[in-house]
Amino acid sequence: MPDATLTLVGRGVRLSRRNPDALVTAMVLPVMLMLVFVYFFGGAIDTGTGTSYVTYVVPGVLLLCAGFGASTTAVRVSEDMRAGIVDRFRSLDVGATPILAGHVGASLVRNLLSTGLVVGVAFLIGFRPEAGAAGWAAALGLLFTFVLAVSWLSAAAGLLARTPEAASGFTFFMMFLPYPSSAFVPIGTMPGWLHGFAEHQPVTPVIESLRGLLLDRPVGDAPWVALAWCAGLLALALALSGALFRARTR
Amino acid sequence: MPGTTAIEAVGLRKSYGDLRVLDGIDLRVPRGTVFSLLGPNGAGKTTTVRVLATLTPPDGGRARVAGHDVVAERARVRRAISLTGQYAAVDDLQTGAENLRMMGRLSGLSRRDARRRATALLERFDLAHAADRPAGTYSGGMRRRLDLAAGLVGEPEVVFLDEPTTGLDPRSRQELWRVVRDLAEGGAAVFLTTQYLEEADRLADRVAVMDGGRVVAEGTAESLKSRVAGHRLDVVATDAAAYERLAAKAGTLTRAHAAPTADPGPRRSPESLTLGVPTDGGAPSVRALLDALDPDGTDVARFAVRTATLDDVFLALTGATTAKEPARA
Repeated sequence: MPDATLTLVGRGVRLSRRNPDALVTAMVLPVMLMLVFVYFFGGAIDTGTGTSYVTYVVPGVLLLCAGFGASTTAVRVSEDMRAGIVDRFRSLDVGATPILAGHVGASLVRNLLSTGLVVGVAFLIGFRPEAGAAGWAAALGLLFTFVLAVSWLSAAAGLLARTPEAASGFTFFMMFLPYPSSAFVPIGTMPGWLHGFAEHQPVTPVIESLRGLLLDRPVGDAPWVALAWCAGLLALALALSGALFRARTR
Repeated sequence: MPGTTAIEAVGLRKSYGDLRVLDGIDLRVPRGTVFSLLGPNGAGKTTTVRVLATLTPPDGGRARVAGHDVVAERARVRRAISLTGQYAAVDDLQTGAENLRMMGRLSGLSRRDARRRATALLERFDLAHAADRPAGTYSGGMRRRLDLAAGLVGEPEVVFLDEPTTGLDPRSRQELWRVVRDLAEGGAAVFLTTQYLEEADRLADRVAVMDGGRVVAEGTAESLKSRVAGHRLDVVATDAAAYERLAAKAGTLTRAHAAPTADPGPRRSPESLTLGVPTDGGAPSVRALLDALDPDGTDVARFAVRTATLDDVFLALTGATTAKEPARA
């Protein structure tokens, strides 16, 4: 029923647009973080990659921003489940997939905006990528595959949480997941016991691919590892959210 | 969709763990009528509605709504019904018009038809002036009307209203009652749950009283009222000791003087020193009853004869009192 999905994406976008607090947080927070990293910490960080720190860190900020933006889907879904509106949708024979897809679609739209904003500000403060059109397209394609997977996973988290407050815990988790990765500093500078996790967690191949694609450097198999992670997470999220939705609406 | 039965349920059962919520519910509701399910909190009213509206599958029994089985033909039932629950299911951040247009689109209307239907419903529910305001700015009554309108976008044959007037002020309640009657006159079957006797009495063609997961009585409000004595004699005692003496006598005497139908027993309100005793309301029996309760003429301060209400029925059938006045929102 693509009509219902489209209608509910429209709803999700309208609701996001009219929730100024959440919107400002989603737009301003990533920019603030980027400024903090570049101006406060950047002077002290030598990444050993031969690029300026702003160029090193922008892919990380993009990913942080994407993970955070996507994870707010959990709160939106949880709010819906608490209100009577899901019963109303179900009594119109609209099922779990369009209801959740509406929130995921709105999340993609929100992220398109926040990504645009971060990239814009990054250029202003000296971000100078070397990617051509193909590199950009591949990087953005990968970033949005990641947003899609995390958004569905958030939708599942939103179904699992009993209250929107609990659901926002997932947002917190996604905010911190990029730190133990190569998003902000090279993994080699972290303590040894953290290497295993930092190198093999799903965020790292996405970061490595984004950085490589945007700086026009060899990326090896990172994009494929990243895509495999995204596909796996998406499949897990779809199965999990379907089962959780059925359990919640018994 | 031939036939005139809109809702038919036979032996519906539902448990949540060890808690038996529905214990064999039988119901029949014809088209074009208002049916009211009356019961205290926790009686199983909401669960009954959820089962009939296909949102919760029953553990046992069968139900057909608008001619379709609620389990096997869920999608068809859903296309023929609407459900307005206890909590307004509208988006606060969308305007009234946007909420209704969205419901229209989800019911399968084209963009144009959805807009037309939204405008017509806003007009009908006296919300046209607030069409472009976010629903979050509406008053309680306006929200409830918008919620009801949202349920009617798909022109349902069967309308379920779960405690539709809980928390509404008296004026909004009256407006909602008018809409419910209009719906039934338009040919829809309206199934509403309520804790308020007055609502069932004023609105419903038939009333079922529910308690502990069972239907304990069913019929017109009139026929239910005739199941208890037609009248009640309320006596107010002079003091607490007199009240005790009256109460003790009432327990043994009512059977002799009360109307012969059903005996709900005396109704006790010690805090106001008032005792209600069933009677047929005639002067000879009232006089005899007063003499029997108070032979020395010292214990009764005042008395009044009242017509039995559904509340008496309810008390007699369930042993619980109902909410008399809606809580203010």
